[in-house]
Formats: sequence, structure tokens, C-alpha cells
Amino acid sequence: MQILTLLIPISLVMGALGLVGFVYTLRSSQYEDPDGDSQRILTDEWDDHPKP
Amino acid sequence: MSAALQSSAPSACPACLAAPSAEALANANAPTEAQIALSVPAVHCAACISTVEHALKAHPKVKEARVNLTLKRAMIEGDPDLDADELVATLASVGYEAHELDLATIRSTATDKAGRDLLMRLGVAGFASMNVMLLSVSVWAGAADATRDLFHWISAAISLPAIGFSAQPFFRNAWRGLSARSLNMDVPITLAILLAVVMSVWETALSGHHAYFDAALTLTFFLLAGRYLDHRTRAVARSAAEELAALEVPRAIVLRDGVEHVTPAAELRVGDLILVRPGARCPVDGTVHEGSSELDRSLLTGETLPVSVHAGQGISAGEVNLTGPLTIRAAAVGRDTSLHRMADLVAIAESGRSRYTPLADKAAKLYAPGVHILSALSFIGWFIYSQDVRVSLNIAAAVLIITCPCALGLAVPAVTTAASGRLFKKGMLIKDATALERLSEVDTVIFDKTGTLTEGAPQLSNLGDHSRRDLTIALALAQGSSHPLSKALTFAAREAGIHPAQITEIKEIPGHGTEGRMGAQIVRLGRPDWLGAPETDATSAWLKVGDADPVCFRFEDSLRAGAEDTIAALIQQGRRVVLLSGDAQAPVQALAQRLGISEWQAKCLPQDKLAFITDLTQQGAKTLMVGDGLNDTAALSAAHVSISPATALDAARVASDIVLLGKDLSPVAEALVTAKRATARIRENFQIATLYNVIAVPLAIAGLATPLIAALAMSSSSIIVSLNALRLR
Repeated sequence: MQILTLLIPISLVMGALGLVGFVYTLRSSQYEDPDGDSQRILTDEWDDHPKP
Repeated sequence: MSAALQSSAPSACPACLAAPSAEALANANAPTEAQIALSVPAVHCAACISTVEHALKAHPKVKEARVNLTLKRAMIEGDPDLDADELVATLASVGYEAHELDLATIRSTATDKAGRDLLMRLGVAGFASMNVMLLSVSVWAGAADATRDLFHWISAAISLPAIGFSAQPFFRNAWRGLSARSLNMDVPITLAILLAVVMSVWETALSGHHAYFDAALTLTFFLLAGRYLDHRTRAVARSAAEELAALEVPRAIVLRDGVEHVTPAAELRVGDLILVRPGARCPVDGTVHEGSSELDRSLLTGETLPVSVHAGQGISAGEVNLTGPLTIRAAAVGRDTSLHRMADLVAIAESGRSRYTPLADKAAKLYAPGVHILSALSFIGWFIYSQDVRVSLNIAAAVLIITCPCALGLAVPAVTTAASGRLFKKGMLIKDATALERLSEVDTVIFDKTGTLTEGAPQLSNLGDHSRRDLTIALALAQGSSHPLSKALTFAAREAGIHPAQITEIKEIPGHGTEGRMGAQIVRLGRPDWLGAPETDATSAWLKVGDADPVCFRFEDSLRAGAEDTIAALIQQGRRVVLLSGDAQAPVQALAQRLGISEWQAKCLPQDKLAFITDLTQQGAKTLMVGDGLNDTAALSAAHVSISPATALDAARVASDIVLLGKDLSPVAEALVTAKRATARIRENFQIATLYNVIAVPLAIAGLATPLIAALAMSSSSIIVSLNALRLR
């Protein structure tokens, strides 16, 4: 049962990390154009080097 | 065009003088970069995105361009003097139709605060429920005594703040409903969530076996998901509808003591002298004080032929001035104009339309009281049986949680989202939430002619009949004019690779045509009566070179893309198709025969169209009206459901439930099929939800529903309902 003192905080921290990540994506407008994003990965425009 | 500029030059001068100061003012706080938004309805794939973005970025003044595929919109940043019209032309040259959008209007909807707010609550509920579910699974797996209590306490510590934040929309709506003394869907939801949390905390404090924290959170999560889908569908439609509305700005040029003032149309007075430039829409009813020109009345009456006007003749608000500048003495302004009388007709039509109760509301009306009664009865029953408040409250809470409308809350939004998304991809914008349901009942489809089944723009039909020399002369005369026939001639001649002849002294004679000099000869292109040519039935322009006999250029209104297929498909689906037009007998008959429409009426007044639809409605028919003109607005709002193209007048778009974004008419037939399937899915989803309740509720009332069973039943029914909706895509 001692393991619980470790596992419970870990699960809580991981959940909190996920939430923080979600808030970040939301704040940086990553859900504005889901259709466009799903199409953009198909273009080979920036395959050789990243967009400056 | 040059003639138009010359003749308005004396009165334009004061404005020119006034303009620099205005320009200086604008420059003082002008941004260093201009932002322009364009609606590009035709983009649909990765190739479209890169074509559009490359074309825009190739423009020298553009710094950055990005396409938003979800909203079918391009945002462009560039030099301050960047002009939207140039960009529209740029996109037209690579084959994409584009319209400029008013940035101020978009900005209010672009950030979509309400949507983000819901998404944030959804996210919090999601992550909290995952964590709590983790702990609950351990309890269900057999954690006992102190461990179980610890897990319950941790769950409570996560759930209470999470629910306090995430479930606020439901609490607020429920409170609003209760203070208006009505039971909406949110009242049982709020009660279930609150009761579940309170009971669970109580149970945990008494170290009981069952806690419903996970149920309360997943409930919130699924319901928020439904709410968010619903919001998204409407927000996309609303912002796009606002975009369309932002295209027209009502302003007028008033002449006071010979000086031009730009005034909001609302501030015009009777007796004002108003200048209407070629290409502008007349803002008032009145008489022509000075000048002569031709008027395009198609949006008011459906007539395709331009009508010539001279000083002393009447003109109505909404008519478009085509060739020469007109000065108009206002006889009726604002609410008294014929335009507004049309709007009154709309109001009458709307009051006559029976209000449609959406399926979801019908369900909620049965559901909300039913759930409360059921839950109260199980509490009373168990209290009489066991004399134990704690047990009875537990059962009542379980009943509320189990019956909570997870599936019901998802049943409609999931389907509408899937169906609207599908139709949006085809170029249709569903403005009204219940439009899909109403569309599925349609048995009679009524079309307007000009601007709906036809493009509303003429096309040259006898290019081959003319000598190359005539064509070069005609092109030279036509290319400077903004008259629709000249534009059509120019377009057709350029397509055929004709180069304009050398013609000097070209000037536009308002109301008549264009005149120029080729060597020693006078050449004229214009109306038949001006050139001494015979009057014909068809739309025509004549060319007279020197003393030779005039030659005729005939025009016909081209069919809108997909019109033939749409009519054929509708007739094949067994629907009654009717053509109602304000245009003359001959063109309406010709079009009806060409499209195979057996029922048609010409020369319809707006009142006639309205009466036709009201009659049909009284006979029990469910009508779909497709129209674009002001003369259609009353009919559009009287019909059971209505569609208008994006090129329609503002009033017509406002009156209709669905807007057709592209030029193609063919989505109409498909929309009817999609709507039928969508409504079938909604009904199926309700049946699934009912079946689930029939199985789960007796278990809850019998006291057999453990938190595990509640979680399983709730999640599975929600997922089944969502998957069923996705079959539409």
C-alpha cells in the first residue's frame, strides 16, 4: 500500500500536465481551423526545410 | 464610364477638395499594415489551400496570407494601400471566387469567446473525469475500508472544483428557466449533478460504499460535448451569415447647395436631392431630377431587361443605376419606401407562418417533468418501504443520474453537426437550427427565375454571326462601360481572342449607349431605339458603323450551374416543382420548357408569390422557396423553409433559413436528401436513448444501479448515439 503514496500523486500530476497542455493549445488558437490542419500535412511545401 | 466621370466632375470637385483632409485624418492613425479578409467558398483541399495562398503571396503588396479551411476564409496582411478588389481579381484569375468581408464584423465572431469558454470547461471536465475514473476503477476493483475512503476523498477534492467550474452553463440555464417558471432540459441536469455530488460527499463522510463522483463528471463532460457541438454549428453559421450582411453599407450622396455630402441612408429627408452614381443602388423612392440612364430592376421585380429613365420619371429604392449619374428628388425615405413596404410584407408573412417546434424541444417537454416525477416517486416509495432517508435519497439520486439526458443531449447536436458539416462542404450554410428538420418534410419546391435559376447576368448568344471587324469595334466601345450588356460583350469578345479596334473620342451617352469615332466614321453601340433598329423581344444591343444598317448582338440570361441537374433530381425525387417569376411571359416560358418545369407563372408580383405559397401551405403542402430578389423576401419567409444564394440581396438572405455559398445550385437537391437522412438519424437516436432508459431506469428504481453500472450505461449510450450520427458524414 506504500506504493499508493507515490502512484496517486503521479497520476494527479500527469492529469494536471494534460490539462495544462490542453489550456496551452486552446490559448494559442490551435482549434481554429481543424479541417485546414488535417489537409496541410499533405502538402509537400515545407518538406525540405521548415517554414521560416 | 469616362462620360460619367466627366459629367459629374463639377459637383465632384468640392468632394475632391474635402477628400485630402479626410485622407490626412485617416493617415494620422493609419495602421502600418492593412488586414483584409476574403471569403473563398470554393476551397476544399490541400491543393486549393496552396494555390490560393501562393496566388495571394505572389501579389506584390501582400506580406502574409493564410487560408482557414474550416471557415473557407483567407486572412491577408499587406501594405496599407492594399485593395481588396485587386485580391479578388487575383483569386479569380486562378479560378477561385472570392468576396471581401468586413473585418470589424468578423472580429466580433472570429475569437468566438463563448466557444472557447465551453471548450475550456469541456477540457477541465474531461481531464478531471479521467483522473476520478482512475480512482473509481480501483474502488470497483475491490479497494475497501480506509483505501476506499481515501480514494473517495481524493475524488471529491478533484470533482468539487471541477464541477463548480465546468457545469456552470447548466446551472445558469437552469436558474434562468426556473426564474421564468419553466422546466427546461437543464433543470433535471443540474439537479442530477448537484444531488450526485451532495450524496457522494455525504456517503464518503459516512464511509459508505458508493460514490457517484465519476458519474457526475462524465455526465458534465458528455453534456458539455453536446453543447459545444451545438454551439459550433451555430457559431459557424452565424459568423458566415454576418459576413454576408457586412458586405453592404447603406450610404447615400446628398447634394446640398451643389455640394456633395456622404450621409447615412437613415438620415435622408423627403425633398433631398440625391446623387446616384452608375453602379450604385438607389436609396429612396423619388423622381429623376436630372440626368438619364438605365435601371436594373431585376432584384425588385425579376425583370432581366434594363429599363431606361429620363428626367421626370419615377424611380424606386433598391433599383440599380447602370449608365449615367442620376440626381433624384426624394419622395419617400426610410420606412415609407417601396423597399420597406416589401419588408412589411415580410413581417405579415412571418406572423402567418406556423412556429415549428424542434424535435429536441418536443422530447424535452415530455422528458423534464417525467424524470422529476419518477425520481420523487422512487424517493417516496423507498422512504415508505425502508424509513431510511439516506437509502431513499441515494436511490433518487441514482434514478436522476441514470435518466440524465446524456444521449438525449447528444442526439440532436451530434446529428445536426454532422449534417451541417456535410452540407457546408458542399457549399450550403444552415442558418437556422431547425432548418434541417423542416427541410426533410418538403414536398413542393418553388423557384424564382432571375438570379436563382439563372445567373442574373446576360451572356452574348450570337457571337458567331458577326464579322471580326464588327466585333473589334463593339469590343472597343463596350470595354469602358459598366453596363451589364457591355460587360457581357467585352467578356465574350475577349474569350474569343478579339482585340479592340482603334477608336477615339469614346463617350457614354447615358440611357442610350456608347459612341466613338473610327477614322471618319461615327460608331455607336446601344439601345435599338437610339440607333433606329427594330424593337425585339430578346435582350439586345445594336452596333451601327457609319451609315450602315445596325447589327444586333443578342443576349440571354445564362443558366446557373447545376440548375438543370437540380430540377431533374427534384422531379425524380417525386417533388412538385414550380417556377414563379416577375419577368415577362416569353423568357419564363422558355426557361420552364428548357428545364422541364410544367408549372410556371410569369409577371408575379411579390404579393402573388406570397399568396401562392400561403395557399399551398393551407392545403397542407410543405414548401421550399428558393429565391434571391427583394420580390421574393415575403415568399421566402412564408415558406416552410427557404434557401437563397449568396448573391441575393441582404433582405432575402436574412429571410431565408439556408444560404447557398457557391454559384452552383446542385447542393439543393442533395440537401433535401441529407436533411431526410439527418431527421431519421435524430429519431433513431431518440429511440436508442429511450431503449436505454427502459432498461436502466427499472434497475435504478430497484436500487440495483451501482456507480459502475451507471458509468457503463451512460457512456455506452452516449457513444452509440454519437457513432450513429457520424454515419451521416
